[in-house]
Amino acid sequence: MRFGIAVFPGTWSDRDCRHAVELAGHEAVMLWHKDRDLQGSDCVILPGGFAYGDYLRAGAVARFAPLMESVAAFANNGGLVWGICNGFQILCEAHLLPGALTRNSSLEFRCMPTWLRVETVDSAFTAGCARGDLLQVPVSHGEGRYVADEETLAMLEREERVAFRYVRRDGSSAGDESPNGSMHDIAGVVNARRNVLGMMPHPERACEQLLGSSDGMRLFESVATSVSGSGAMPVGAAL
Amino acid sequence: MTVQLAGASDADLAEVALTRSEYEHLVEGLGREPNRLELGIVGALWSEHCSYKTSKPLLGMLPTRGPRVLQGPGENAGAVDIGHGLACVFKIESHNHPSAIEPYQGAATGVGGILRDIFTMGARPIALLDSLRFGPLDEPRQRHLFDGVVAGIGGYGNCIGVPTVGGELYFDESYRINCLVNAMCVGIVEQGRLTRATASGPGNLVLLVGADTGRDGIHGASFASVVLDAESAARRPAVQVGNPFLEKCLMEACLELAGDPRVIAMQDLGAAGLCGSTAELAHRGGCGIEIDVARASRRETGMTPYEVMLSESQERMLIVAKPADVRSLQEVFERWDLHSDVVAVILPDQRFVVRDGAEPVCDLPLDLLVDGAPSRGAPGPRPLRAVAEDMAGIATPSWTPEEALLRLIGSPNLGSRASVYRRYDHQVGDATVILPGGDAALVRVDGTALGLAIATDGNSRYTALDARHGAMIAVCEAARNVVATGAKPAAVTNCLNFANPEHADVWWDLHDAIAGIAAACTALEIPVVSGNVSLYNDTGGTGIDPTVVIGMVGVLDDVSRRCTAGFRDEGDLVGLVGPVDAELGGSEYQRLAHGVNAGPPPHLDIDLERRVQGFVLEAIESGLLHSAHDCAEGGIAIAIAESCLLGDIGAWIGVDELGTGEGLINGSAGILFGESQSRFVISFAREALVRLHELAGRHSVPFRDLGSVGGERVCVSGCIDVSLADVRQVHRGALIERE
Repeated sequence: MRFGIAVFPGTWSDRDCRHAVELAGHEAVMLWHKDRDLQGSDCVILPGGFAYGDYLRAGAVARFAPLMESVAAFANNGGLVWGICNGFQILCEAHLLPGALTRNSSLEFRCMPTWLRVETVDSAFTAGCARGDLLQVPVSHGEGRYVADEETLAMLEREERVAFRYVRRDGSSAGDESPNGSMHDIAGVVNARRNVLGMMPHPERACEQLLGSSDGMRLFESVATSVSGSGAMPVGAAL
Repeated sequence: MTVQLAGASDADLAEVALTRSEYEHLVEGLGREPNRLELGIVGALWSEHCSYKTSKPLLGMLPTRGPRVLQGPGENAGAVDIGHGLACVFKIESHNHPSAIEPYQGAATGVGGILRDIFTMGARPIALLDSLRFGPLDEPRQRHLFDGVVAGIGGYGNCIGVPTVGGELYFDESYRINCLVNAMCVGIVEQGRLTRATASGPGNLVLLVGADTGRDGIHGASFASVVLDAESAARRPAVQVGNPFLEKCLMEACLELAGDPRVIAMQDLGAAGLCGSTAELAHRGGCGIEIDVARASRRETGMTPYEVMLSESQERMLIVAKPADVRSLQEVFERWDLHSDVVAVILPDQRFVVRDGAEPVCDLPLDLLVDGAPSRGAPGPRPLRAVAEDMAGIATPSWTPEEALLRLIGSPNLGSRASVYRRYDHQVGDATVILPGGDAALVRVDGTALGLAIATDGNSRYTALDARHGAMIAVCEAARNVVATGAKPAAVTNCLNFANPEHADVWWDLHDAIAGIAAACTALEIPVVSGNVSLYNDTGGTGIDPTVVIGMVGVLDDVSRRCTAGFRDEGDLVGLVGPVDAELGGSEYQRLAHGVNAGPPPHLDIDLERRVQGFVLEAIESGLLHSAHDCAEGGIAIAIAESCLLGDIGAWIGVDELGTGEGLINGSAGILFGESQSRFVISFAREALVRLHELAGRHSVPFRDLGSVGGERVCVSGCIDVSLADVRQVHRGALIERE
């Protein structure tokens, strides 16, 4: 299958995402922020970075990029859109996902391993997991504290739209080990149609044991399986 | 309008940081009085920061050649061959003076500057490291500097997306007034795309790309070349402001052009701004350059030619190209929304000409400008060293070994750095194999099995006691950190941080330190390929201790064969490679227990050092080791505790195996916490013991097994028995601000 990877000038996880996609045996195409053509992508990834510097508010400028018009239309048509870190911030700013990402409660940037509990398998991104699975995936952000009003939080919980929650290594509630102080320990959410996922942690950094964890690969494989039905090419087949 | 100086006043000279005799030398070389702009330009280029007038005569001692060296000192950064047709490009640089005034921007632009040095060579930066020194965190100003510097490094590196994978951090009284911020960057480029900063071809044009030019950072180079004083805070405008997003765009555009035949040369703007970069570019190529300041886009109105030439606005780059290629190159920059102006033309003769539109405002011989600064020799004879303090009269605390272990591992210099590095993105790039917290960082090289081990090291307590010896130890320790991962040291970059070299003791320390680096690098066959000298780290007569920071890169052919510092398997044996001794001179134990830095620093036998490193490398290559950790500050006891923490498993050490040693000052303190050199703490499966003894015999290195890995306690029989959880708690809390 084909993953489209958005490239804003300040994006830096684009190459990491391409690496993960290719490791999973799929095709990656880079989508330049000034273009509108999604080049036939089956799933569009909005990767991590500082899209246009994020000096105002993370993602606040990126939502107006030409590429984002196409991404929004694609999402509204049911296309798979996956926002990671800065991508999650952009999706919230673009109102493709509810809530907002604010400064970490520590008021400091945090780069560290986190443990995520899969809270729903009812999405293309998590269908390959089991509910309650723990994934070790690192975070790297200064503005990752998920906030929303009570009503929205209640709706997200009711509709089981929380995709991942930060937990401790043993699966218990994150408490003071939360990397950012997110409400309800939310690490990722999906939209009502369940075709748009935003998450702060970086699964593309957790696709090889050499780098500490391969749990992130399960999400890439899950998307591929959902799209093609028949699953991914075996790793290395592209060589 | 150009202003001719009818003899410069003392105030004129003070403003550009030139001495009267340097001014006279200038007038003699020029055959006339310079105008004000020319004086300012010469002041910047003759500053210590740009001209290395004090250190250049000494730096010739360093070995710079080796089979791997592709580019030695003289370009923006050094480069070594790492195989697979790739070059590793790296350099370390200081940003001490700006950071002492405005810590966030000072550190941020230090990172920005070293990144530009790397991508100017066409190399994609893949790792950053920072070597930091502050005063003790017992006053708000130190917290302010420390927090500001860490935030600035993170603010720049995190935004641009280059991982900060390692570095070091020390607190010492000597940095209370002048902190040190040294930043190192490592990049990778295909050898065929290695780009140089050597202009050529009279008539070729020079593009100024990136940020517009503003008034920030004027006199930055001169500012970095004088002692700080009470007025320094008022020089805040001499500190530049960074824009990492703009640099990201500049970096991507420049990397697109690396190896492009249309690019004749690329040179970033750093110290002394447009003036320094254009002069160096032309001088390297043996040609001249004519700059029209009216063509440079400005951030502010009313800027004089002087301000445009000396502005140190960040995120700017020069590109030399044939006139016919300029438009197509500008299109590449426009894709990244970067503005570019043609600001200069290459001249056939070696002149440095500046125009403001039609009006000529400066015309200097390039040689005089770049190479003409009179070099400074020793300001006086070698002073006699003070007699080493007599430890006999100094009170010894009644700490038990266990108490000493906990105090040391919970001290600011030995405690966990996690609260710092978790504020840096250390994983972007999907390449960081060994995360911060171990000996050296290890990053893999995309598309190959290669790993690069990278470390920075420098213990100023040793150099304060003996500059030559301390500098040798800094090289050896950096090499040990690299070797502990299984990588073979490839090359060195160095940052020499010293006080006012106009004082004979400081000058001789600088001399001796460079001699020490040269001696160790020669013995270990590790060339020096780049570096930086930061002098005048002195405020009101109080200078820093001589501080040598060694940045080292090593190559591991197969990253899957790496070794890490943490103990691994229950039942493994723990061994010590190297001598058992009881040297407390210059140790962290001495700092904490006695509050002094005294006595000779630890002995170094450079031949033994080389053999020990050879032994460890071969043991790792042969797959015999489960862990290897450099035994450094805090001695054997701390090295063992650190290996326990990193592996999350305990260890038992028999005290008999450590021997009794000689000259103990405080019971077993010398043995446990002395910092004797050329040592590693290793762990291995029992079955490997015989082969390791054989190997040690072949390399003629002392090797003994000390005990075993296992359990949840750190034990040295008869003197230390503490739970790993307790060790972890004090270690983790070392840098956390207490209410």
